[in-house]
Amino acid sequence: MAGIISYGAYIPLWRLSRDAIAEAWGSGSTGGERSVANNDEDVVTMAVEAAFDCLNGVGRENVDGLYFASTTPPFKEKECSTLVATATDLKPEIVTADYGNSLRAGTAAFRAALDAVVGGSARSVLVTASDCRLGYPRSNYEQSFGDAAAAFLIGNTTKPAVIIEGSYSISNELYDVWRLDKDTYVQSWEDRFIIEHGYTENMEKAISGLMKKKGLSPKDITKAILYAPTARAQQGLARRLGFDAKTQLQDPLISNIGVSGCAHALLMLVAALEEANPGDKLLLASYGSGADAFLLQVTDEIEKINEGRRGVKGFLSSKKALPSYTRYLSYKGLLEPQPGEPFRLFPAATTSWRERDWAIRMHASKCRNCGLTTFPIERVCYSCRSKDNYEEVRLSDKKAKVFTYTLDNLAGRSDDPTIPQTEVAFEFGDVRTYILMTDCEPKEVSIGMPVEMTFRRMYEGAGMYNYFWKCRPIR
Amino acid sequence: MESIKDKVAIVGMGCSKFGERWDASIDDLVIESAYEAYEDAGIDPKDIQACWYGTVTQPLIGDGATHLARPLKLHGIPMTRVEAWCITGHEALRNACFAVACGMYDLVLVLGAEKLKDTGFPGLGAGRGMSPVLEARRTAPGSFGMIATRYFYTYGLGPEEGKRTIGKIAVKNHYNGSMCPKAHFRNKVTLEQVLKAPIIAWPLGLFDCCGNSDGSAAAIIVPAKDARKYRDDPIYIKGIGSAHVALLPQNCPSFDWLHFEEVINSAHQAYEQAGITNPREQIDVAVVHDCFTSTEMLLYEMLGFSPEGKAKEDIDSGFFELTGGLPVNSDGGLKCFGHPVGASGIRMTYEIYKQLQGKAQLPERQLKDVRLGLSNTFGGPPQVSAVAVLGKEPGYP
Repeated sequence: MAGIISYGAYIPLWRLSRDAIAEAWGSGSTGGERSVANNDEDVVTMAVEAAFDCLNGVGRENVDGLYFASTTPPFKEKECSTLVATATDLKPEIVTADYGNSLRAGTAAFRAALDAVVGGSARSVLVTASDCRLGYPRSNYEQSFGDAAAAFLIGNTTKPAVIIEGSYSISNELYDVWRLDKDTYVQSWEDRFIIEHGYTENMEKAISGLMKKKGLSPKDITKAILYAPTARAQQGLARRLGFDAKTQLQDPLISNIGVSGCAHALLMLVAALEEANPGDKLLLASYGSGADAFLLQVTDEIEKINEGRRGVKGFLSSKKALPSYTRYLSYKGLLEPQPGEPFRLFPAATTSWRERDWAIRMHASKCRNCGLTTFPIERVCYSCRSKDNYEEVRLSDKKAKVFTYTLDNLAGRSDDPTIPQTEVAFEFGDVRTYILMTDCEPKEVSIGMPVEMTFRRMYEGAGMYNYFWKCRPIR
Repeated sequence: MESIKDKVAIVGMGCSKFGERWDASIDDLVIESAYEAYEDAGIDPKDIQACWYGTVTQPLIGDGATHLARPLKLHGIPMTRVEAWCITGHEALRNACFAVACGMYDLVLVLGAEKLKDTGFPGLGAGRGMSPVLEARRTAPGSFGMIATRYFYTYGLGPEEGKRTIGKIAVKNHYNGSMCPKAHFRNKVTLEQVLKAPIIAWPLGLFDCCGNSDGSAAAIIVPAKDARKYRDDPIYIKGIGSAHVALLPQNCPSFDWLHFEEVINSAHQAYEQAGITNPREQIDVAVVHDCFTSTEMLLYEMLGFSPEGKAKEDIDSGFFELTGGLPVNSDGGLKCFGHPVGASGIRMTYEIYKQLQGKAQLPERQLKDVRLGLSNTFGGPPQVSAVAVLGKEPGYP
């Protein structure tokens, strides 16, 4: 049976209160807060986070593909899914593909994964969706958007946690929300038109089509997971479809995260699965240039999957308040911070490629002769000097503790002037490494502090974005 | 293995004024130290048979030692450019000494120089090390700040106590430097000033960090048997040790951040060659690598001046002050001279040379009864260290 084997989510640590945005502009606040990716995060790093959450306790050997969906990828030409797959430490013999341009890109990838496992070309496919869209400063979208990622492992197995029973899609050509190839911010047509003839009409068609195809009525559905640009639009749609807004509607996650683009429908599905019981029937629908609807049946396996996943619930409760709207502008690159010390060691495509196993996969070398493990990979063992006699071990999912640190005021940039630089001791072998700490309050760093690894965008150099690992206090 | 002890001697040295030499190019700096050394040794430049030139940043690539040959007009002799991070000057000296000791040359020039103040930023910059991503934001204060944090933690010094302890080193070195005309900084500072200074890389504040300077230093090396032909007070090389370690300290499995093998090994080599068994008692003056005050504190222990974990007691008792049992950084150290990387090891050796001859600039700084002196550089990530022991009497100790 084809379905969901596992799920994962990621919500950045930083939250900006909408009152702070409103205060900066002297405008009205819609209340609550939105998530904001750190200045070293992008949709690729967020997708890697969600993928790790999804694969916690799940073997990587049967993952035959990775799909990545985003409308805000860091590259116009160069695949993101390969980078996400490599950082997630999937084997190279997999199918990868990027989905983009549409708010439905997340569910498009979800459906493609389903087709692949049903068709038999893959045993399982990891679907990641991640977005960081920008609303114009002072616009409603600036308040209503948020940054987040979701991941699903879709497989064909005897016991999926959720069986995908059917789907229905509508394609619709319309300028409702869009960005031209040169646009930074999301443009839109008049709200009343796009909600009525874009969102509501298409979602209704896709959902009614699916219900009719499956012979279901609204009361057969335990939870309707309806992506929506606003809570009001969601309730209007639910009324028209005959769902009880109080009991049947999945929270749109707007008040506490914000609309996270093509990741959002999947993020809501994660939140729904966290509360789901075996036997529940779920309806998932996403919107963007048409609509996709899916019918899902929750099985007994869900209880196993819910353990060991941070998901929406875990990442929602782990948060810090971004100190100001100005900081948001700077993290988004809309205000240019004064750069710190220049980067002098420029990357080269050749070295990045040769070093991918330790730099992107975060592999250490474990000597087969004496057992000593070192990071980065050393061909000749530091202890016994055996040559090329090692196995590679993944450090990215290992916990560590701060061994020593400094709070460096030279290494940062003007919006984050103090950079904690740490030496960490892994709770694995005797492995040590020097690593920058992110997502923390520098004054809270101490020796012995438990940390975990997080994949981040380090800097732009030689015309490339360069990614590596940092550590952060455990979330 | 043979020892270098008493095989070669320094018969002339020169040292430029260190500082923000906005008006001086690297050429001007090398001319300044080289011609002082020629004059001190009483030689003519045409007497030089070979040259070792230590520099790290000038230029970045592909120049050999030609940019030393040109300003000094050294024609047709072998010249070697040496680079080994912070120990570059010592490495140039070590290679020159062994070349003279083997009998190949009768007179060689060693020169170290660095022009740092054309870079447009105050420190050595971020992004040191080998990998653009692994060490993209590593800085020198950050690296040595991590040593201080671990030292404080291991020996139970609270943040304030730790800061006061290393702060006293800054006060001492500034006091010494105030009497050294060639130093970059010649201002005395109080402990209160040190503790209130802005933080550069916690726990290191501004006065815990050495400055960034331009400078150059030079030495003329001859076989020991010829030394008295040049002067009555030649200074003999007693031992020179040098060590690299294989991995960056941060990548060494189980490394404790308090026992840097490169320092311990380089000191051991130099002590063994010189016949030193108790450095705390036998060394009369030392100029060591105080790139940061925390570095000097840890060096007291690694060089065998203080027992492990007891540096604080010696700092508090004034043991390393000019009037103490073992004056350290009698010229103000890197704290006051700054660290023009390639020059530093030779500048330190210049201070030992002058102290042993009784010719320290400004007599109030001259130490009494100095027979053996030590210079030390330690650096890179850190991953390299060098130690030179010098004496004024053949056969001692």
